[in-house]
Amino acid sequence: MLPLLALLIRAPWRGLPGLLATSGGTTALRLSLECATAATALSLLFGVPLAWVLARVRLPGIGLLRALVLLPLVLPPVVGGLALLEGLSRAGVYGRFLQSWLGYSLPFTTAGVIVAETFVAMPFLVITVEGAIRAADRDLEEAAATLGATRTAVFIRVTLPLIAPSLLAGAALCWARALGEFGATITFAGNFPGTTQTMPLAVYNQLQTDPQPAIALSLILLLVAVVVLASLRERWLRPGSAL
Amino acid sequence: MTDLDREVGAAIRSGPGAAGLQFAGRVRRGGFELQAELTVGEGEVLGVIGPNGAGKSTLLRALAGLTRLHAGRIQLGRTILDDAEREIFLPPERRPVGLVFQNYRLFPHLSVRDNVAFSARARGLGRRTARERAERWLDRLELSSLAERRPAQLSGGQAQRVALARALAAEPGLLLLDEPLSALDAETKLSVRAELSSHLGEFGGPTLVVTHDPLEAMVLTDRLLVLQAGRIVQSGTPAEVASRPVTGYVAQLVGLNLYAGRLGSDDRVLLDGGGQIACAASGLASGQAVLVAVAPGAITVHGHQPRDTSARNVWPATVRGLELLTDRVRLQLDGQPGALVDITPAALAELRLQPGTPVWLSAKATEVAAYAAPY
Repeated sequence: MLPLLALLIRAPWRGLPGLLATSGGTTALRLSLECATAATALSLLFGVPLAWVLARVRLPGIGLLRALVLLPLVLPPVVGGLALLEGLSRAGVYGRFLQSWLGYSLPFTTAGVIVAETFVAMPFLVITVEGAIRAADRDLEEAAATLGATRTAVFIRVTLPLIAPSLLAGAALCWARALGEFGATITFAGNFPGTTQTMPLAVYNQLQTDPQPAIALSLILLLVAVVVLASLRERWLRPGSAL
Repeated sequence: MTDLDREVGAAIRSGPGAAGLQFAGRVRRGGFELQAELTVGEGEVLGVIGPNGAGKSTLLRALAGLTRLHAGRIQLGRTILDDAEREIFLPPERRPVGLVFQNYRLFPHLSVRDNVAFSARARGLGRRTARERAERWLDRLELSSLAERRPAQLSGGQAQRVALARALAAEPGLLLLDEPLSALDAETKLSVRAELSSHLGEFGGPTLVVTHDPLEAMVLTDRLLVLQAGRIVQSGTPAEVASRPVTGYVAQLVGLNLYAGRLGSDDRVLLDGGGQIACAASGLASGQAVLVAVAPGAITVHGHQPRDTSARNVWPATVRGLELLTDRVRLQLDGQPGALVDITPAALAELRLQPGTPVWLSAKATEVAAYAAPY
């Protein structure tokens, strides 16, 4: 709490709007919001089925798969960024096919930012949703099956609505983590204003020259963090929420 | 798919022409095994009764396709639901089987209307069509006024009706009910039982009702199966099962004293637990293993050895415990044999009975039913 308090005390409250306007903060903010949202969408697309597999499939090797999926949680993001670079760059292990077949290269593009953020943030969604699917009422899924629902229909009509609060919480955690992503992003996508310079990178950049705008940008990130936390608290503490 | 394929497929799916449900198979679940053979006719309501762990729920799960048969087969009308030998297995979502679960399992995130419309939605009908169809069932089970409510806002009896409506709305060919009234309080039970009976009467297909309530079995079912340790130990009309139980479990449920023994000469049964009892044993051979049932009201309690009684059974006993029922007192008595006996509160006061009091018991041979033991 204390360092955050210091940030608030030192904040240049009076010149705040001007600082935000001139520091290129709005561009970085918009890029950050777009990329974090896209990364969350990707995480939902791949993470929810993955969470279902981890929670429900009984096969040898599932434990290993879970460890791999959750590895980015404990991996230093810069290592993740380097791994992405080695894998997906123009001459990378997989990237070279992307390059020769599609003429497309991910690193140092906005798409690269989204990939880096997804890599780092998706485990937050997977781990939350997996727990919820595990705890979801199997009895209700059985009941749905006896009423003629196929596995897919059971998942969409019963399981998903039951885990909706956790899904929202997981998505919010994932989004917040993506928004703050620094290490993997700067390593894999670089730091180009307008295309890959997200808020955290902009803060870091500003800090090299003038701390005042950096503090102003940080305040916005802090505000976002507080809002996310407040909404999560509501989700998690709401009575009767079926987690 | 060629026409030939289709014919072969149809031949595999459909067994010999038969109406109703036929089940003959073994189901394993954990370390437990159920082995049973039963049929239920169209429009017939079969009750399944038995202690916990007897295999009642396993039977329902096998019929609904939630647990696979280990051996044997299940056939509903001409459709084979499960055939272990031929490796035919219809998954639950493709079985025309409706199951009303013991705790109802209503979907908490859906309104009553959408719960009832669930099967139609699951089959891919649009929301409006599905809701229109649900409306019919809501109407029929008098749930229209509750249509907008969530399951959490329903009373037990209402939830039971919604669960039934939801199962019936899928238009199943076989209806299964797992202890339909056990989650209700005594007062609600009374009204719901009568209601359920009429709904089951309207359903034209075979119905299975798992229960542990003898009254429920009497009112709801046409025929009763008694399950014990994964085997069928008795089958008959509810009245037959209640008056001539073959298991201690059922005897206790219907409140009868049940003794096992061997018929000796002179219509006397030598009881396995010691003692003997005279009975009206018509059609039974001497030396045959028999069961003897005596109603608690058919035994008289005396303070002293009765001298001028016509009862052929007179024996001493000791009061072990007493329990006040609504209008009478049930005594638990130790003796040769021990017995449950009902007396009036007035008799209790007159005889000054308390645990440890020695008494004499008498019962007329005509009040003692003896019948062949099935195993």
